[in-house]
Amino acid sequence: MSLNNWQPVIGLEVHVQLATKTKLFSSSPIAFGAEPNTQASEIDLGLPGVLPVLNKEAISQALKFGCAINAEISEKVIFARKNYFYPDLPKGYQISQLDDPIVGKGSIEIKLGEKSKIIGVTRAHLEEDAGKSIHDLYSNNSAIDLNRAGTCLLEIVSEPDLSSAEEAVEYLKKIHSIVTFLGISDGDMSQGSMRCDANVSVKKPDDQELGTRTELKNINSFKFVEKAIIFEIDRQIKKLEKGEEIIQETRLYDSKKNLTRSMRSKEEANDYRYFPEPDLIPIKISKDQINDVRKNLPELPEIMKERFMKSYELSDDNAELVTINKETASFFEEVLSYKVSPKNAVNWITGDLFALLNKNDTNISESKVNPKHISEIIQNIEDQKISGPSAKKLLEIVWSEGGEIQELIQKEGLEQISNDDEIERFLDEVISENQKQFEQLKSGKDRLQGFFVGQVMKKTSGSASPQVVNKLLKDKLSK
Amino acid sequence: MSELINLSLTDQVLGLGDKSFSSKEITGAYLNEIKKKESLNCFISVFEEESEEKALIADENIAKNKARPLEGIPIAHKDIFCIKDKKTTCGSKMLSNFISPYSSEVFSKLDTAGAITLGKTNMDEFAMGSSNETSFYGNVLNPINEKLSPGGSSGGSAAAVRANLCSFATATDTGGSIRQPASFCGVTGIKPTYGRVSRWGMIAFASSLDQAGIIAKNAKDAAIALKYMSGFDQKDSTSLNEEVKDLQKEVDADQEHVIGIPKGLIENIKNDQVRDSFKNAISILEKDGAKIKEINLPHIEYSLPAYYVIAPAECSANLARYDGIRFGHRSESVSSLEDLYVNSRTEGFGKEVKNRIFIGTFCLSAGYYDAFYNKALKIRNLIKSDFDEAFKKVSSIAMPTCSNSSFELGSISDPVEMYEQDIYTIPANLAGLPALSIPSGTADEMPIGLQLIGNYLEEGRILNLANKFQKLTDFHEFK
Repeated sequence: MSLNNWQPVIGLEVHVQLATKTKLFSSSPIAFGAEPNTQASEIDLGLPGVLPVLNKEAISQALKFGCAINAEISEKVIFARKNYFYPDLPKGYQISQLDDPIVGKGSIEIKLGEKSKIIGVTRAHLEEDAGKSIHDLYSNNSAIDLNRAGTCLLEIVSEPDLSSAEEAVEYLKKIHSIVTFLGISDGDMSQGSMRCDANVSVKKPDDQELGTRTELKNINSFKFVEKAIIFEIDRQIKKLEKGEEIIQETRLYDSKKNLTRSMRSKEEANDYRYFPEPDLIPIKISKDQINDVRKNLPELPEIMKERFMKSYELSDDNAELVTINKETASFFEEVLSYKVSPKNAVNWITGDLFALLNKNDTNISESKVNPKHISEIIQNIEDQKISGPSAKKLLEIVWSEGGEIQELIQKEGLEQISNDDEIERFLDEVISENQKQFEQLKSGKDRLQGFFVGQVMKKTSGSASPQVVNKLLKDKLSK
Repeated sequence: MSELINLSLTDQVLGLGDKSFSSKEITGAYLNEIKKKESLNCFISVFEEESEEKALIADENIAKNKARPLEGIPIAHKDIFCIKDKKTTCGSKMLSNFISPYSSEVFSKLDTAGAITLGKTNMDEFAMGSSNETSFYGNVLNPINEKLSPGGSSGGSAAAVRANLCSFATATDTGGSIRQPASFCGVTGIKPTYGRVSRWGMIAFASSLDQAGIIAKNAKDAAIALKYMSGFDQKDSTSLNEEVKDLQKEVDADQEHVIGIPKGLIENIKNDQVRDSFKNAISILEKDGAKIKEINLPHIEYSLPAYYVIAPAECSANLARYDGIRFGHRSESVSSLEDLYVNSRTEGFGKEVKNRIFIGTFCLSAGYYDAFYNKALKIRNLIKSDFDEAFKKVSSIAMPTCSNSSFELGSISDPVEMYEQDIYTIPANLAGLPALSIPSGTADEMPIGLQLIGNYLEEGRILNLANKFQKLTDFHEFK
């Protein structure tokens, strides 16, 4: 893509599903993957005569987010009805916020290589989610699942401060890390716990006003956010350079074809006819309540990273890697609680374990490998009880089957033989079987040394310490 | 047994308690009368067998000295209150097939108090109307003169009480829907303070104005019934968490009254008979020792326009859920989603409901919100302050309930003329104040009502004053 001196201007609207036990306005449980319409009460169905009752947990989770990004917090929270018709919107309106959003102006710092940039957050407000329309279940009908209807969303709206797809992804990753560290969302984009719309426009550097923007919908992974924005910037630049105009519209990202296409224009846009929700009274938020939340905020990724660099002498990169999310950070600290060296712990987690997680497209909390496993593997290496290759083999076994490290070492015969006499017996055997080569080695053909070590390793199924074999071989040669 | 149905609630409770008669007898008598007067069209559903069964249980409870406060008393509910497993139509074709899977708090409370639900009363569609002519189930006839309207929207409840078809009936009042039909039928109707009775399970028309109340033979009966219906409900966020006073005691207490009469009110009553009877009622109370004071309510003249913006605005959102998707009427002639919405709603709603949805949608539209909705909210606040100011000087405020007695069915076709029926009743809804109507005379040989408005949560005071009036007069007696 050639920017050709065009400047992209991007703002993101991120919907984060909060990790409350029940829905925003009903006591229905929230769980992903339940049978359709089994987690929808009369309130979620929008039956005649039902009334919403605000879930206080959602307020406190939104406050945590507000405090974490140092935002202004509204003294009172007012909900509003956003009116539009859609089959998966049971009441014909969504209870959302317009004026007095719970979280006001704040900011989030993102890292771009060595540099960092402050991205403004305009607001974050609470709203209920809609249900799901399913169009591919029946041939002539659409189906509706209202399990998701009424779940708590925090919509985080950024200023148009982002200037590239890369920045947008970094910003989104930062929000992901903040909400997961705060424990207010599982942040799982694949299950829709985090969804993102992007407002994209381009302008020339001298232009005082922003260009006409388009809103991209349905970009629900970090990868798609990047691709959709790149595509859209490119599309807009090409159009403008041909002298055409950008139409203000909503565009849908098609991840299969990697393109965006028009969904509705500004003229077709809904007039949501917002008005204050008469079924809910305004909620007051006291200074004490805010201070209380602030005092009890969990350690945020930046601060944790600093601490790791200082206390465990990790490099910037390594500290960044183990604080990528809350689960990894706690995993790391738990490994350390077994008194292994931080450097080894980082290497094992971000090296072999991350490789397995990536290969299997899963996350650390779902894997069979636990911090105790990693710590014991490291300890066994440090004590020279197992060899490097054996350690890797062990990790793969616990990855797929779980189990106890000590038992597995026994069972798989991975214990390293460091007893000199025992290894010497194996070495003698190898020498007697390979007299000719041994003579050659003796006469100075040094590269045969590896051959002998290899043969001993083979005979001991890798459990001999290569250092000891080398030492003994040298002794024999010097005799 | 017909004399049993003429008894006041107080006497019925006493008679059942000392076993002068049984619930089986009184329930049977009411069911007979309902059958006899079917042509009045007071009921949309009658639960004959179930009522008879419940009467037997009530008699057992009484025999075992386990009688609850309203044990065995046959009552009726306006068909706006959801009752589990019962058809709840709200007077609309839209809900003519709706069987509610849950019960309203109003029903549950009276059911728990031991009352027997004989059936559900007819009403204007979605409580929108002042003559009961908008009901999908046809209009109700005024039992005093069957050519005339019983008033609306709670016309079925008022007519049922007047025709001795139940001991008392529940009703709702958004702009006068309890008081105006009470006035037309010569019965007593009270709309308590907004938030005094839970709205859970009461089908919404205009959420910030809707309030459930009672239509009964007299103030004493209304006080008893209201006592068992009132109270805080967690399921309704606008419900008031305030102690329920013993209205039964308060209605008979020795209280002093200062009655406020708005400046210019009397001169502006156009109907001579209404004006004279109002003056007569005031002088009766004054002779009895009440003090009369002139008060200033400078903004109530804007009540009607403010109401006819706020109520339709809220109704336009409240009625959006009737989309033919999850429950209610669904059009047969559908070939697209748009069709499903448009045809289901076009067929399911009557003309008046559509009028109000249009008005409300318009008032909330972009560009009109400030001119209409916001301005109406400002007027509403001014009216509230007017009342706050007035109640510093007086303990209740008197006005006529309606500017006329009942009119002939079909005689009013201009909607605005119909809306003017509510001119005296709307201010109490806008301010959220308790207000009642008691029979105070006649105009054109039909009853007219005296309206008493009380301060917040002072239902007891206006009931006490009404009871005083009824001790001195016989306007409330059915002749």
